[in-house]
Amino acid sequence: MAINWFKYSAPTTFYGLAGKLIPWFALSAAILFAIGLYIGFVVAPVDAQQGEFYRIIFIHVPSSIISMFLYLIMAGYAALGLIFNTRLSAMMATAIAPTGALFAFISLWTGALWGKPMWGAWWVWDARLTSELILLFLYLGYIALHASIDDPRRADRASALLAIVGSVNVPIIYFSVQWWNTLHQGSTIKFTGTSMHIAMQQAMFTMLAACWLYAIAVVLARVRSIILEREKHTLWISELPEVKG
Amino acid sequence: MKKSTLLGLLVLVIRRDLVLAMRRRADVLTTLIFFVMVVSLFPLGVGPEMSMLRKMAPGVLWVAALLSSMLSLGRLFSADYLDGTLEQMMLAPQSLSMLVLGKMTAHWMVSGLPLVLMAPVLGLQFDMPVQALGVLIIGLLLGTPVLSMVGAIGAALTLGLRGGGVLLSLLVLPLCIPVLIFGTGAVEAVSTGLSVASHLSLLGALLVLALVFTPWVTAQALRISME
Repeated sequence: MAINWFKYSAPTTFYGLAGKLIPWFALSAAILFAIGLYIGFVVAPVDAQQGEFYRIIFIHVPSSIISMFLYLIMAGYAALGLIFNTRLSAMMATAIAPTGALFAFISLWTGALWGKPMWGAWWVWDARLTSELILLFLYLGYIALHASIDDPRRADRASALLAIVGSVNVPIIYFSVQWWNTLHQGSTIKFTGTSMHIAMQQAMFTMLAACWLYAIAVVLARVRSIILEREKHTLWISELPEVKG
Repeated sequence: MKKSTLLGLLVLVIRRDLVLAMRRRADVLTTLIFFVMVVSLFPLGVGPEMSMLRKMAPGVLWVAALLSSMLSLGRLFSADYLDGTLEQMMLAPQSLSMLVLGKMTAHWMVSGLPLVLMAPVLGLQFDMPVQALGVLIIGLLLGTPVLSMVGAIGAALTLGLRGGGVLLSLLVLPLCIPVLIFGTGAVEAVSTGLSVASHLSLLGALLVLALVFTPWVTAQALRISME
C-alpha cells in the first residue's frame, strides 16, 4: 500500500489530525511532569556541593535544550515554507516561535534563581547565559517582524528568511560569546558517560520528555488556531462542527 | 543603453548613491553627529576618571558605531522604494545581488567610513594609547562594512513597514554581536599585550562571509518585500 506522505501537509487534513493528537501529547506531558517532578524533588538525593538548590536544573536544563532545538526546528519549517511554498510549514514556524521564546525565558529565569545561591549573583556575563539571552532576542525579533507585516504571505516569507539568517548566525554568535567569556559549569551528561546519580538522570530525562511533549501539544494547539484564522473564508472551515455550532 | 559589465554596474550604482547622498548632506552629518554625541555622553554618565574611561573606550566607540549605523539603515532602500527606482532595479536584466552590493558599498562609504575617520579623535578624548587607536581603526574598517551588509538584510525585510526603524534595530542588533565582540576584543588585546591578529583575522573572516552571502540574501529579502 502506498502511503501518501503529503496527505497531512495540507491544513485541511492536518487540522483534524492535530486535534486528535493534542489530548495524547497533553496527557502524557502531564503524567511525565508529575513523575519527573516527583523523582526530582523526592527521590533524587541532595547534591554534595549544591545542596537542595541543584533541583532547579530539572527545569532549567530541559528548557534550555528545548529553546535551542526549537529555534532550529522553526528555521527548518521556515526554510521548507520558503522553498516549497507550503502553507502549513510557515504556520508551524509561526506557531513554534512563542513556545521557543517562553522556554528561553524560563531557562534564563531559572538560571538566575540558581545563580543567586551558587554564584552569589542573579546574573553574570557568562557565555552560555549571554547566548541564551541573544537567542531570546532572536525569537523576539522573529515574532516582532511577523507581527508587524499585515500581509500574511509576506510576513511568512520575510520572517522565514530572518529565521534562516538567524540560524546561520547562531553558531557564530555561540562561539564568539564562548571565546569572550565563560564561567558556566560544563555539561555533566556527556556522550562518554556521566558523573550523575541515577535518580537525578531519571528525573532530568523524564522532565526533558515532558517538556518536549508539552511543547508539541502547545504548538499543535496554536497551529490549529492559526489555520482557523488564516483559512476562515474557506468552505471547509465554515462546515466544521465547532465553527457551525 | 549600453550593456555594462558587472564591475561597471557596481561602480555605476555606487556613484549614483554617492551623488544622491551628497545632495542630502544633512543625512550623512546627522549620523556622524549622533555618533559623536553618544560617545560624549558616556563620560558624563559614568564620571570623568581617566583610568575607567580608557578601559571603556573601545566598547563605547563600538556600541556607538553600531547604533549610529542602525540609524542610517532605514534610508538604504526606502527612497528608491518610494519613487519606484527599486522596482526598476529588480526588473533590470543585471543581477540584483550586484546592485545590492553596490548600494551596500555606497551606504558604508557614506555612513560607516565617516565613523571610522572620526573614531580616533573620540578615542583621544578617552585617552586611548596610540597603538590601541590604530587597532581600533583597523577593526572598525573591517567591522563597519559587516554592519552595513547585515543591516541591509534587515532594511530589506522591513521595507515600507510601520515603525520599521525600531523593528530594524531589533532584528539586526543581535546579529551584529560577533562583530562587536571581536572588534572590542582586538583593542583589549593590545592593552593586555596579547596578539591582535586572531581577533582581526576573525573580523576579516566575518567580512568575507558577509561579502559572499549578504548581497544574495538581501536580494531575496527585497523580492519578498516587493512582490
